[in-house]
Amino acid sequence: MRILFALLLTLALFQNSAMAQTFVYCSEGSPSAFNPQIFTDGTSNNASSHTVYERLVNFKYGETTIVPELAESWKISKDRMTYTFKLRKGVKFHTTEFFTPTRELNADDVLFSVNRQRQKEHYYHNVSGGHYDYFNGMDMGAIIKDVKKLDDYTVEFTLTRPEAPFLANLAMSFMSILSKEYADKLAKDDKKDNFDNFPVGTGPFVFLRYIKDTQIRYKANDSHWDGGPKVKQLVFSITPDASVRFQKLKTGECHLIIEPSPADLPAMKSNKDLKVVSGASLNVGYLAMNTEKKPYDNVLVRRAINHALNKRAYIEAIYMGHAEPAKNPLPPTLWSYNKKVKDYDYSPEKAKALLKKAGMADGFETELWTLPVTRPYNPNGKKMGEMMQADLAKVGIKAKLVSYDWPTYLKKSREGLHSLIQLGWSGDNGDPDNFLAVLLSCTSVESGSNVARWCHKPFDKLIDEAKLLTAQKDREKLYMKAQIIAKEQAPWMPIAHSTIFRGMRSNVQGYKIDPLGGDIFKQVSLK
Amino acid sequence: MLRFILGKFGDLIPTLIGISILSFVLVRLVPGDPVMLMLGERGADPALYEEMKRDMGLDLPMWKQYLNFATDAVQGDLGTSIVSKRPVVQEFFDRFPATLELGVVALIFAILVGIPLGIIAAVKRNSFYDYFLMGGSLLGYSMPIFWWGLVLILIFSVNLGWTPVSGRMTVMYYIEPWTGFMLIDTLTSEVRELDGLAPFWSALSHLILPAIAMGTIPLAVIARMTRSSMLEVLGEDYIRTAKAKGLSRFRTVAVHALRNALIPIVTIVGLMFGSIITGAILTETIFSWPGIGRWLVASINARDYPVIQGGVLFIATMIVLINVLVDLAYAVVNPKMRG
Repeated sequence: MRILFALLLTLALFQNSAMAQTFVYCSEGSPSAFNPQIFTDGTSNNASSHTVYERLVNFKYGETTIVPELAESWKISKDRMTYTFKLRKGVKFHTTEFFTPTRELNADDVLFSVNRQRQKEHYYHNVSGGHYDYFNGMDMGAIIKDVKKLDDYTVEFTLTRPEAPFLANLAMSFMSILSKEYADKLAKDDKKDNFDNFPVGTGPFVFLRYIKDTQIRYKANDSHWDGGPKVKQLVFSITPDASVRFQKLKTGECHLIIEPSPADLPAMKSNKDLKVVSGASLNVGYLAMNTEKKPYDNVLVRRAINHALNKRAYIEAIYMGHAEPAKNPLPPTLWSYNKKVKDYDYSPEKAKALLKKAGMADGFETELWTLPVTRPYNPNGKKMGEMMQADLAKVGIKAKLVSYDWPTYLKKSREGLHSLIQLGWSGDNGDPDNFLAVLLSCTSVESGSNVARWCHKPFDKLIDEAKLLTAQKDREKLYMKAQIIAKEQAPWMPIAHSTIFRGMRSNVQGYKIDPLGGDIFKQVSLK
Repeated sequence: MLRFILGKFGDLIPTLIGISILSFVLVRLVPGDPVMLMLGERGADPALYEEMKRDMGLDLPMWKQYLNFATDAVQGDLGTSIVSKRPVVQEFFDRFPATLELGVVALIFAILVGIPLGIIAAVKRNSFYDYFLMGGSLLGYSMPIFWWGLVLILIFSVNLGWTPVSGRMTVMYYIEPWTGFMLIDTLTSEVRELDGLAPFWSALSHLILPAIAMGTIPLAVIARMTRSSMLEVLGEDYIRTAKAKGLSRFRTVAVHALRNALIPIVTIVGLMFGSIITGAILTETIFSWPGIGRWLVASINARDYPVIQGGVLFIATMIVLINVLVDLAYAVVNPKMRG
């Protein structure tokens, strides 16, 4: 037995020296497949759009500003209805075991990638199920009127309406540019299904292979237009259990782990071989009041609720301090966040006074729906619900806690069957519109994502106007105003913006937290 | 005998129909609409929602859905996974070897350790050893696997650094699946030419902890079973005769007693297969083992109906088949059973 262990030990040492150029990322789950147009969950995006693929434009590493990527430059027409992109020249698609490109990236690839999602009759539309959740969810089908190739390196998008967040949408994973040449080859060989499982892109890492539920292997793309990544090999080692990920980090089996469990953070911080980085994420957890129902149609009652709930206590107890208290619907990392807005302070007296003014001095009975699942913006809805219940009781409001399984909860909330409800949102594209319009506009009352069912004309007008402008500065002014209105009218009590954590070995350098939640390794190196 | 065998397999048909109905209904009893779950906070307009539902075949009445499922299942088609959009049968067989390999190693561990412990306890009946071993086996039997797995990792991987924390193979090597059993695939001539025996040792070292975690419960059961069966046999007349003949104590116990005590143990080992599969669900999640246990857990979380009902049907069928084989084996050993 001892000989066996000695053998294993030498083996472990031998691995460490040979692995210097290999970066191991311990991820939390298996990707569904390798095409971000169809498989849009975060795990699949990390494994495809942040490694293999690139887009016309992208978010600056660690920020939400838009920077050029496959497009070198772009022009927006005066009427804001035409976007013309100049493509970068000399961009090579990956050469892999299953495909050797004969040409560089050109306008045909852009058209192919957009039209596959846009046109029902497209020869690839129905491959892998034919649902493009994000493309539809961001309303791209309705926004894009046409996309044309002007020459090999110029692409023109015409829109049906001016849409300021359009550029930010193009930076999202589902707008990745895929190879038309590869698609055509597979179509000819009658192997279209391979397209979404064996990816070919232009990105910093070349896909080698995926061993199901175990690991994904990539090698550096040395002919990348930007010089390529700093490590030679990248491995995703799939490890679903958070505490096991931490153990693997300690033994050096991973260099970086996704989502360490909050309980492990102190131990991680005190270990000198490890470090923890954190950053604000682009999300918000909130308590919405159904303004179509009594008594929440009364703004005084809504303000009273805001005063009655002790937000800071929830952050300590539920988020273990790993979150920032929220006062606006927007997270503070997002441009146009209004710092000047003053939050309702915690004060049962003020709450009681407001209730009295509203003619409900004796309080009332209500239902409080608590989030049934752990989400980044709210780790424990039930426990938070109990704390809220106690706070509300202090001002005479008797809240009954209600919950359903997650899909039912979502369904019923969209139908507006609730009174008070905990929910939240994680930003998609780093645009304020993606929070304010999706969550609080009149149109989203109908579509269901505005669970406060709050339709307030002055607010709506600002949001609509801002959508039509293209200059960020002009839009910012309008969004700042909108946040003031949202505070006064109080359709929500915003609760928290959570913090993202990543644990890593101390020799990992150059990693930045992506506010949009992805893990990106292009700039990462090992010392 | 042939009639007996055919009869046994004939009994299988109603069982299998029952299982298929049960697995189909149970999945649908779990609250939560898979389409809504896929959409999350984002939601979708009603038309798209209906379309997605139709694509998954969930808009039909229950009995129709079941008929479709059963008709396809008989032809070996268990549907397509909602998450990966690949056939369930294919997904199952991609993962099954990993579970089987782990299960076999765990069972071998349980037998090799459990039987000797049971014998010691029986021979030293009512001694300190007996109480200690039986107390230990009770503890082993009642230990939650997820806790026990983490403790093993903490001691052997983190503190002592002897074994890797989790996974099936170091990220250093890529082994092309051939049989799907890592211990075999690492011994092919191509792998040995390239990396020598190192991948094999790596595969073995990755197996040790999960096999111990998974094998602990069967070990406890086998040890207790061996003890009681041995005690019964040790009281028989022929043992006294053997002793009187002047045979050594070792020969009496190991040859004369053990051989007769083994029959019920063999049965138990066969039936242990079921508990191995249940153990796999937890063990595989803790040790990031890419087998069917972990796959089922992920599918349940995603309400991947075709995978859950197909996977359950597969596993149940296997357990039923093994029980029949155990029955048959018993009949071979003991002609009275053929009745």
